[in-house]
Amino acid sequence: MQDEPTPTELIKAVADFLRNEIVPVMKGHNAFKLRVGINALDLVTRQLALEQSGDAAEGARLKQLLGMDGALIDLNRALSDKIAKGEVDLQTPGLAEHLWQTTMDKLAVDQPNYASYKRELGK
Amino acid sequence: MIEEQLGRCVAAWYPGATGVTGAAKLSGGASQETWSFDIVHASGNVGAILRRAPPGYGASPGRAAGLDAEAVLMQLAHDAGLPSPRVMHVLQPGDELGTGFIMQRIEGETIARKILRDEQFAKARPMLARQLGGVIAGIHGLPASKLPDLRRMTSSKEIADLEREYRGFGWPRPVFELALRWLRERDPGPSSEETLVHGDFRHGNLIIGPDGVRAVLDWELAHFGDPMEDLGWICVNSWRFGEIDKPVGGFGSREDLFAGYEAAGRKVDPDRVTFWEVMGTLRWGIMCCGMMQRFRLGPDHSMERAVIGRRSSETEIDLLRLLAPRGG
Repeated sequence: MQDEPTPTELIKAVADFLRNEIVPVMKGHNAFKLRVGINALDLVTRQLALEQSGDAAEGARLKQLLGMDGALIDLNRALSDKIAKGEVDLQTPGLAEHLWQTTMDKLAVDQPNYASYKRELGK
Repeated sequence: MIEEQLGRCVAAWYPGATGVTGAAKLSGGASQETWSFDIVHASGNVGAILRRAPPGYGASPGRAAGLDAEAVLMQLAHDAGLPSPRVMHVLQPGDELGTGFIMQRIEGETIARKILRDEQFAKARPMLARQLGGVIAGIHGLPASKLPDLRRMTSSKEIADLEREYRGFGWPRPVFELALRWLRERDPGPSSEETLVHGDFRHGNLIIGPDGVRAVLDWELAHFGDPMEDLGWICVNSWRFGEIDKPVGGFGSREDLFAGYEAAGRKVDPDRVTFWEVMGTLRWGIMCCGMMQRFRLGPDHSMERAVIGRRSSETEIDLLRLLAPRGG
């Protein structure tokens, strides 16, 4: 068992230091790059918080849709293959809901400020 | 060092030029660079831009029109009265600057967030969509006999190219599969009219001033194909920068864009425009994945490229909004 603090706590501490102490003294292109880097650290902490429950729910939906079990990547390959061949489409019960939920869960980690995501969150 | 080379080059064709000053690299990967500089002249300095492939980087990558073709297109656009910089000089071997060209520098803004939010563009924003419709029509109407040799694209070929690239990543994306299927099923086939297509007509490649559009840049992806492609590409949500209810670049409506296009004597096919908007959304998503690949495989191991990989999900939600909209 690894000791405390958790990865999330460590990354947050680093990101907060960069945000509060370093950003104000940086200029030009490096200031821009630093903000990109802080955003990436924030993304990682969101993933650490949300990935497990999102993956579990996605796996359960895929199992239901495909009638098979397996690793998440293999289930996603199987679904991709079925969509490519036209064996499932937007008329297939549950497919649209699954794609929407999976995509919303990705955006919650990747870009929670993306305008399309915020609009759909209100629906 | 580049200032000395540029100074020698400019002196050979710009009467009265005594050198150059303030050379600054604006952007550039290994194979293509953009420099800004001033030509020093007794009657006042003249702003100029160098766009070049440095010596040793002659060949242009797969889709690129090539710098010689870009120079011809830019000059044709300028001569036709379209907002375009004047090409001042096409590089010669004796210039020892590589291949490319030098053009007039046009002042203005290319950064979308400033164009969409700054007060100085408030008057320009409501008229931009119509204005750009007219500019796109002008590009599509450039005289065929004078155009350089460019690749020909059809919707079918574009779908196949995107599919090949996506499959090459080896990473499953059910939403991209859905979009590919949608595109194949609705592929309208070759356009009845094939024209010059700019290929990358969007924020970043347009210089905007408080008075409206001042210049169209970056003809790297120019080709012959379906003119509706340019109208669809500028409507892709990724270029709205948060202003998602204004489909044209976050500043205007399709109606205004189409009205500007048709006022210039050309016809819009709205279904084909929508088709190309879906294609463009998928294309940007695949481009984001491609940047992640280049980060991972090494040639450009930058943080910026890495995080762009995590922006491909933005195009997935936009594809779902187009193909499987929810109520509410």
